[in-house]
Amino acid sequence: MADVITYREAVATSIAREMRRDPTVVCLGEDIGAAEGVFKTTTGLFAEFGPERVWDTPISEQAIVGAAMGAAMTGLRPVAEIMFSDFLACCWDYVANEIPKMRYMTGGQVTVPLVIRTANGGGLGFGAQHSQAVENWGLAVPGLKIVAPSTPDDVVGLMASAIRSDDPVLMFEHKKLLASKGEAPGEDHLVPLGAATVRRRGDDVTLVALAATVPTALEAAERLAGDGVSAEVIDLRCLVPMDARTVLESVARTSRLVIVEENPYQGGWGATLASIVAEEGFYDLDAPVTRVAGECVPLPFAANLEAAVVPSVDRLADTVRRTVNG
Amino acid sequence: MSVAHDMPAPRVPEGQEEPTVELLLELFEDMAVIRATEKAAYDLFMSGLVKGTTHLASGQEAVAVGASAALRPDDYVFATYRGHHHAMARGATPEACLAELMSRATGLCGGKGGSMHLTSAQNNMLGSYAIVGSHLPIACGAAWSAKLRGSDQVAVAFFGDGATNIGAFHEALNLAAVWRLPVLFICENNLYMEYTPIKSVTAVAQPAADRAPAYDLPAELVDGNDVVAVLRTVSRAAARARTGGGPTVIEALTYRQYGHSRADPASYRPKEEVEAWLARDPLILLAERLKARGVGEEAVSEARGRAQELVAKAVEAAKAAPPADPSTAFTDVWADGGAQWRT
Repeated sequence: MADVITYREAVATSIAREMRRDPTVVCLGEDIGAAEGVFKTTTGLFAEFGPERVWDTPISEQAIVGAAMGAAMTGLRPVAEIMFSDFLACCWDYVANEIPKMRYMTGGQVTVPLVIRTANGGGLGFGAQHSQAVENWGLAVPGLKIVAPSTPDDVVGLMASAIRSDDPVLMFEHKKLLASKGEAPGEDHLVPLGAATVRRRGDDVTLVALAATVPTALEAAERLAGDGVSAEVIDLRCLVPMDARTVLESVARTSRLVIVEENPYQGGWGATLASIVAEEGFYDLDAPVTRVAGECVPLPFAANLEAAVVPSVDRLADTVRRTVNG
Repeated sequence: MSVAHDMPAPRVPEGQEEPTVELLLELFEDMAVIRATEKAAYDLFMSGLVKGTTHLASGQEAVAVGASAALRPDDYVFATYRGHHHAMARGATPEACLAELMSRATGLCGGKGGSMHLTSAQNNMLGSYAIVGSHLPIACGAAWSAKLRGSDQVAVAFFGDGATNIGAFHEALNLAAVWRLPVLFICENNLYMEYTPIKSVTAVAQPAADRAPAYDLPAELVDGNDVVAVLRTVSRAAARARTGGGPTVIEALTYRQYGHSRADPASYRPKEEVEAWLARDPLILLAERLKARGVGEEAVSEARGRAQELVAKAVEAAKAAPPADPSTAFTDVWADGGAQWRT
């Protein structure tokens, strides 16, 4: 039987592998060292690599990400943790103004090879300031690569590519997936940035999902199959580079597109993908492109309220039926 | 960790008290080059050849030149949008700087940075930052990197008095102190945050130096118009940082001779204050020091003449250079040189 690991173990596993192969990879963040991370996603790193390469920081998001940037500009490959993705707002200057612009503004003189990892999304009942899905925030800023894995296997493969990338990468680790399990990938497992994957083949409609909405889409597809609807499920994996080609090719076969995204409908990443398909795949479509997204409210605390505003299997399946049946 | 860098010597051995006359003349000429370049930048802006904005550092040359003389060529320097003097003090030419201001292909950043983002990576001058205070944590990161690599390099963040009231300043000082980083925080206190007297918006008298004790960091107040005082102070702090003694906060008292930016006449400053500081012009102070050391006026005016000639040629060369190549608008977003964001 193949080894099975959890999504959270995959995070620590992939970072450890990269730290072993490249001595310039270092980690910094709040509680990531001796405490091994509040989500236990850095378990074992401090024990293996010590305080020289795994640095506990004060609660200073600007200092964390700013220092990661300075280290990346001078020969290291830092992996910085921002505990909850909501806290990216505390260091937004670095994420929006400094890191993505450095290479461009200097005419190519400076590169910033770093990864900012962060726990993203709802489902754990943490309320409005610890539960948002904010993967779309980075999409508003040219110059950032954006990764959001949905399986332990992809966590390992995409993290390796992110750390080896000479570009800055935002890595969204979904809180709801941390306990999910999957087959442990082999040594040197790499998944290239910007290559979507088809998780389920289908003919009637294309569902495009990311991170925690991938299992939502797969469950909806299974339910729809019982109704005679054949849904293809694409895991986009990355928002930048966005693999629009894989989506367009799928839509050319299925002629219908439903995007399922956890970030809010207003300004969500699905809008960018929908506009690409509207411009370049319009004549392949037999139905309007539809988006099932987070509702445009702050994330509420109570479980039943939270469930009402994040995309659900029911809402997605209903939307797909309407799209297919016209 | 590998130690990739050679370790060239600073221009003044650390701890040496009195610079040689030859070095003083070099420093004078370096400051005169910056002064002439800033004058040219102002004139080019007023004549429409420089677009956008400029933040000139005339009057603050001694901070950049004195500090630079105390540093090794491989030390890291981070500056602000008022940063022409730091780029040039670390080795960027007046021609490359002026060409950048004039949107030329030959500019320091190929016309993609502009006045506020002068960067000369080959000199480890790693950028001019236009979000106030943002580069202090970045300098911490470079110092952290140097410490991990065992390179004995020092990172220096130059910033204005206004930066001392933003959060990044405080996060950086704390992190640098806790991690005992080889970083120098050098505040150029020119008395005004943009158009407002810094004293009227700051709880302490010395906006940088008075904050250092809160982070258990040593602080030094220095006459920022006296290039030798700056050199000595930075030499001491750099030596301490290199030998594991951690960061130092240096507050250099200085004055900008132009307004905040563009054509700002700075009429919010009292006439007597301006006159008093103009009398303490860093070039005048250094000329007086040279005279006291027995250097004739001729040598000083020759240095000034060479500087003016260099800058005059730089202006002509920048004017004659081609504009930024339009295709470069779509280069260097990514490390592969391109801008592709989707398939």
